[in-house]
Amino acid sequence: MDFELTEKQKKIQKTAADFVKSELEPIAAELDRTKNREKLLAVLKKLAELGFMGITIDPQYGGTGADTVSFSLAMTEIGRGCASTGVTASVTNMVAEVIQAVGSQELREKYIPPLCSGEFAAGGFALTETIAGSDPAGMRMSAVADGDHWVLDGQKIFISSAEFAGVFVVWAVTDKEARKGKGISAFLVEPSFPGFRVGQLEKKLGQLASPTNELIFDNCRVPKENLLGVHNDGFRIAASELAGGRIGIGSMALGIGLAAMDFAAKYAKEQMQGNETLAGRQDVRSIIAENYTRLEGARLLLLRASSLKDQKKFYAKEASMSKVYATEAANKACHDALQIVGDYGYTQGCPTERFYRDARVTMIYEGTSEIQRLIIARELLR
Amino acid sequence: MDFEMTEEQELVKANIKEFCEKYVEPIADQVDQEARFPAENIKRLAEQDMLGIPYPEEYGGAGSDYLTYIIAIEELSRACAATGFIVEANTSLACNPIYKYGSDAQKKKYLVPLCKGDILGAFALNERGTGDDAAATAVSDGNEYVLNGVKTFVWNAANAGVFIVFAKTDKSRGTGGGSAFIVPAGLPGIEVGKDVNKMGLRGAPSSEVLLKDCRIPKENLLGQEGQGPAIAGTALDASRIGIAALALGIAQGALDESISYSKERVQFGQPICNFQAIQWMLANMATEIEVSRCLAYYAAWCYDQDMPHSKEAAMAKLMASETAVRYSDSAVQIHGGMGTIKGQKVERLYRDAKITQIHGGTSIFTKMVIADNVPG
Repeated sequence: MDFELTEKQKKIQKTAADFVKSELEPIAAELDRTKNREKLLAVLKKLAELGFMGITIDPQYGGTGADTVSFSLAMTEIGRGCASTGVTASVTNMVAEVIQAVGSQELREKYIPPLCSGEFAAGGFALTETIAGSDPAGMRMSAVADGDHWVLDGQKIFISSAEFAGVFVVWAVTDKEARKGKGISAFLVEPSFPGFRVGQLEKKLGQLASPTNELIFDNCRVPKENLLGVHNDGFRIAASELAGGRIGIGSMALGIGLAAMDFAAKYAKEQMQGNETLAGRQDVRSIIAENYTRLEGARLLLLRASSLKDQKKFYAKEASMSKVYATEAANKACHDALQIVGDYGYTQGCPTERFYRDARVTMIYEGTSEIQRLIIARELLR
Repeated sequence: MDFEMTEEQELVKANIKEFCEKYVEPIADQVDQEARFPAENIKRLAEQDMLGIPYPEEYGGAGSDYLTYIIAIEELSRACAATGFIVEANTSLACNPIYKYGSDAQKKKYLVPLCKGDILGAFALNERGTGDDAAATAVSDGNEYVLNGVKTFVWNAANAGVFIVFAKTDKSRGTGGGSAFIVPAGLPGIEVGKDVNKMGLRGAPSSEVLLKDCRIPKENLLGQEGQGPAIAGTALDASRIGIAALALGIAQGALDESISYSKERVQFGQPICNFQAIQWMLANMATEIEVSRCLAYYAAWCYDQDMPHSKEAAMAKLMASETAVRYSDSAVQIHGGMGTIKGQKVERLYRDAKITQIHGGTSIFTKMVIADNVPG
């Protein structure tokens, strides 16, 4: 066992931390408040230039060629600065990874380099439907072969970056007669394809700078070669890619939690109540200690899942453990940080207000806490 | 970043597992119910170099790292926490102060037999009115110190060949005036009281130690006069990682039992593991056990790298002990009425878990250690 980071991992972590401190943190509150799209896109472009949009991607496709541990470290740093940016980066990395993992050579060469370079502002991951959330195999969206094309019909909801993503991975039913989960395929869809439309923008609680929309497919024609991976094997692809994505979301959530607790701990050391600082009080100190302990546990769990993935070992259980634990630890940290700061922490002038809202959805997207627990139990009971 | 065990660590884990199946599990209930010191297994562990795992071979140890030792304690405690605790108290609390602060002569005379398991060691710090502090006194008299006081909760005392005793050499300096002494058992003036009747860890005796004009040679001072708090602090930091491993073993034992029982137990026409409510408990147990394991191994690794590890050890102990208590409770719940019956392993684990939140620094105390060492 060796808990020391490699030089490359340290460098990636530091590059992310420096970028966050100098360029992201200063505008995070503004991004949240004004949803300034121009500034968000500029930030995403810079992240791509620094290599954060294809961290684990092979350099031959324009990626950074780093490992999953580095990906986790980078997502945590970005999450500290701005969760909206973090989720966009995490999903974009996941989209590039799925194309690299199961895409044909042509698809890899066509779609991965623009994702990594920032030519595409982001990638989109379109799985969820109104009736298919935790149970994606129950999706209705259909894809029917028609000459040189697949024709996609249906709707997807809660799609991050829909407004500006350069490419979407879209799942649809290709065999209605097959057993549940066995007749689904994945496709790569460009926003310019006929019949594709971005639907209404959701009004959300948090991660406000990251737009979330529905996608409408109305006789959307997708070239045959844009089938991603094996026909009717799409559900397995989704399940395995989500495991990697969970490391990203967990890592980003950890960043939010750390940012919240760092703010509260610093505030507690400075803020006087009567004759003592808040940090001099045993109750406040207990809360701070408990939170940092959970966050440290989350950090190690995430790195362990990342390390297993890097060694090509089975890591679905560990990915689920790290996601459920890190996102819940982060939410608790944001809750407690706001409590420590008090009324000021509840106002928009204080970052804890944003952290609190931003952390919430991490327990929901890319598999709710409830689903993670079922996955963990399934593996335990094998 | 590499979470894989080394070959040596894998080997030690496998050996201890086999040892436990053969010798520890079969008597664990009896050891608990009769509050019996498992002398035969301690002797066997000594023969396998398991009483001084992280100390150099020249001092009778196994020459492994602290992480290997932590893995061994976890695995032992998974079968029988009392057995794990006896080894832990010897290794972390008795050997550590001599290894870290002892002179070469003291190491040869005391550390070697402790590591070899020829004698067991005990750590005499706590007192009735104090806790993690000392009020017993040591008065210099010629070539000797004269020790007086009563020490409580001295684990291994009844079977100890040597005690690390903390006493004040300078009363005027408050906690700063404490010193540590190596006190061989059987000296005139040292008396071991009755084994206290405990809720858990019943196979690991804990007793009072009474010092009444106990005279020890000056050369038995450990380190310098006034170094007592530093010596105790060093040992307690190390021991917190050991207690984390102990708690981890208890929690893992509770999970093992819960998985197998929930697969067998049929209610409403199906194994209860099919019910989501049970699956949730199992998932939470497994997740927080894994968190505890990561924290414990990380703290041990920091110790091995000579890095600061007070905060890491405190975090590991806090998380693992809370996990052990919370989820040994879940394990009893999953077992239902059966879980409250003597002879069911989870009934024992439930009682054994509690002390891990107390011994070596309570959960509240560890939180204060952590809070002192966080950013902000």
